[in-house]
Amino acid sequence: MSVQQQPTPAPAQPSVSVQELQICTNSGVPVVTEVSFEITPGEVLGLVGESGSGKTTVGLSLLGHARRGLRIAGGEISLDGENILALGDEELRRLRGSRASYVPQDPASSLNPALRISLQLREGLAVHGWGNRKERDARIAEMMREVALPDDPEFLHRYPHQLSGGQQQRIGLAMAFANRPRLIVLDEPTTGLDVTTQATVLATVRELAALHGVAALYVSHDLAVVAALARRVAVMYAGRIVELGPAEDLFESAAHPYTRRLVGAIPRLTGGRSLVGIPGHAPSPGRRPPGCAFAPRCTLHIPQCDENVPALDTVRSGHRARCIRAEDVLKQARAKVGDPLDFIPADADSAALTLENLVAHYGPIEVLHSINLTLERHECLAIVGESGSGKTTTARSIAGLHRDWTGSIRLGDKALEASARARSTESRRQIQYIFQNPYGSLNPRKTIGETVGQPLSVFDIAKGRRADEMVQEMLEQVSLSASYANRYPDQLSGGERQRVAIARALISSPSILICDEVTSALDVSVQAAIVELLGQLQRELGLSMVFVTHNLPLVRSIAQNVAVLSEGDIVEYGATAEVLADPQQPYTRELIANTPSLETATSEAMAKEAGRG
Amino acid sequence: MSQTEQAPALAEGVDTPTPPGRTSSLLARSLRLWRTRIGVLFVLVLVVIAIIGPWIAPHGASEFVAPPFSKPGQNGAGILGSDYIGQDVYSRFLYGGGSILLSATISTAIGMILGIAIGLVAAYARNALDDVLMRAMDVIMAFPQILLALVAVSLIGAGWGIIIAAIALTTAPRVARVTRGAALPVVERDFVAATESMGLSRPRILTGELFPSILGPIMVEATLRLTYSIGVIAALAFLGLAPDPNGANWGVMIKQNQLALATQPWGALAPILAIALLTMGTGLIGDGIARTAAGIDRERGDE
Repeated sequence: MSVQQQPTPAPAQPSVSVQELQICTNSGVPVVTEVSFEITPGEVLGLVGESGSGKTTVGLSLLGHARRGLRIAGGEISLDGENILALGDEELRRLRGSRASYVPQDPASSLNPALRISLQLREGLAVHGWGNRKERDARIAEMMREVALPDDPEFLHRYPHQLSGGQQQRIGLAMAFANRPRLIVLDEPTTGLDVTTQATVLATVRELAALHGVAALYVSHDLAVVAALARRVAVMYAGRIVELGPAEDLFESAAHPYTRRLVGAIPRLTGGRSLVGIPGHAPSPGRRPPGCAFAPRCTLHIPQCDENVPALDTVRSGHRARCIRAEDVLKQARAKVGDPLDFIPADADSAALTLENLVAHYGPIEVLHSINLTLERHECLAIVGESGSGKTTTARSIAGLHRDWTGSIRLGDKALEASARARSTESRRQIQYIFQNPYGSLNPRKTIGETVGQPLSVFDIAKGRRADEMVQEMLEQVSLSASYANRYPDQLSGGERQRVAIARALISSPSILICDEVTSALDVSVQAAIVELLGQLQRELGLSMVFVTHNLPLVRSIAQNVAVLSEGDIVEYGATAEVLADPQQPYTRELIANTPSLETATSEAMAKEAGRG
Repeated sequence: MSQTEQAPALAEGVDTPTPPGRTSSLLARSLRLWRTRIGVLFVLVLVVIAIIGPWIAPHGASEFVAPPFSKPGQNGAGILGSDYIGQDVYSRFLYGGGSILLSATISTAIGMILGIAIGLVAAYARNALDDVLMRAMDVIMAFPQILLALVAVSLIGAGWGIIIAAIALTTAPRVARVTRGAALPVVERDFVAATESMGLSRPRILTGELFPSILGPIMVEATLRLTYSIGVIAALAFLGLAPDPNGANWGVMIKQNQLALATQPWGALAPILAIALLTMGTGLIGDGIARTAAGIDRERGDE
């Protein structure tokens, strides 16, 4: 348990202190309001929030930066007693990269692809006047060892594209730590990395921060990652910190309803329960209600909630929450979890889909080596693997979007052609695909109604008024109102777009639904709602479903069976509960061990509760 | 409206209220820029002159009204004086726009349609067909537009048909390049894959899915190509390769009256100004549309 820092002098002086930070748009709309926190040397503070909560804006402000269109309107940010917001441009330039540094989300785009990494590493040191050339090289070698990368000239001579994603992010860390900063802001640095890589990068961050006494702010949307890394966590919602306290307290007994719901939305390895999303969505800046911003979505809402913005009050030592009903929230049982899953029994006699000796190529490279899988009717089968394992290729081959494969894929007892275009209309209608990124899978120039209605005309199912009616019914079935038919994708949130994609897939009454990482671009609470919807539709419509994902705990909340894919081979297959509880293969075991989860982060508390029960 | 998170393709855009990037309104929104308004004004004025000019002209296009190179008002000449053989400059100016505008518009339109079709097919094919088509375009592009037109006209003779064909043919590869470039990233997007998995036919994917997504750059390219077509047709006329070498035509007029630039400048200056304003106008409109389209991207980026 960490020592909570209050403004009063304490043994460890906070090296970073943010007081009443206020950031608004140039037109004066507040984006971030009344944000205050401290970070002590060597501490990692987690800053958690969903998209639009203002977490990245806060992270950047610690370096005295506001994105275009935003300005820091008030408050104080001090680093070792010096107010950063009072610094001029030249002083800020000296501060950034030396005493305060930043690790961006996407390492690939933050490194200059045209320059060798040695040059880029040296540059950062040289700009801030670190020693002479020899000392700089020595420092680089030291940094490379600290981030567990080779420090030989051959490696340093490479270009960024010659490194893996994990290595690139380590270079990003090395750069950030190179000038021995006092503060480091990490903006979701492991998003986009595989769990194994993520685990090692997180360990490096934790070690380096502790070793050098650096105050670190870890910005993330992923509670499980933050739980694995930070002792203290601040949760942001609609531009305010709604709860701040020790990680264990937040995850086990949050005092703010939003935190509770957010924790409830996280898939659990030991779950086997349906996920519960948060209905509605966060208000955007300028549309935030006068009272508590979460009130419209809150089940504990009372009239007083709408009157004033609640203060961030201490609920227990070192734990503050912005909720007038915090006492009532705390009295509730542990974070609400969903009902146990009730699968419709798979029909073992008739396979909906059979893959036999499926071998797929990308150019000369064989990415799938003889895959055999059977999807029974009404079954939900998860295909799990890291990037490059071939899971998406499998899914795309089934849908006929990847054509370069041999072997056989049978729909019922009918063999399918390689390419969707060569298949019969009927088999194209039977197999529907939902894409990973709802921002790319909807045509921005078409209305939602046109997009959802397209399969009706392509498959010659319905026309005119009848088609419009079917589109409206379908939209309501995926919990969107019929009025969405006239909107365009850019007027929709990511979760709403994914619902539209689901509607488009289901309107032609397919028998098989293929979901390719359908929630990986979404916030956790939205992910929970989408998985909830998919599970419910699968049961209602008796669909057979292939659910491709890299997220192991998520599998637990939707699939009966799971196939673990590694480098083009199925390494383990079985009932989800059994595979996750008792993995037989070392690869699966490693995958599970590296998956950040609230269980591992709060295993202590879990053990206690298990003892009680 | 601002989006708080730096949200590239991936994060949830919290109920972003409109400013949607519908291309149908791109032109309308580009009219908020002064450059577009000025461009539209220039073009409108000249188009109106070209259309109603023949009806309001005080004299016929080849009517002799005064001694050659009479200054405005001198010897009974009209408000712009007389030309090298004593025809009324003002009347010829009013007559001379129609043929250039019409032929430039037709040839650009044909070139655009050809180029868009080739570019879309090439972008969607992503195979040998793409290479063959684009290399063929490269070959045509290796010749300067005016040179090919000159060769064609001098071989076959000056006629509107051959001029329009030559310009359309040389416009197409440039449009094809732009189209292909704009369409390539769109082809990779999942909404195209979604229609492929439904088995939508290739022509319908090209026209219904790809084309609407690249309307912005296409519109900019259209104005640019129109500007060039006007220039080439005027240049051909100036070189004496107009279908009617003595007819009223801005390009022809510049050639005929250039000798008297010092004494009776209006004979050449009026058509020069007209062509300059016209091409500036189309250029400004294109620039306005391009800036508006880029502005949308900026809005989506952060503020």
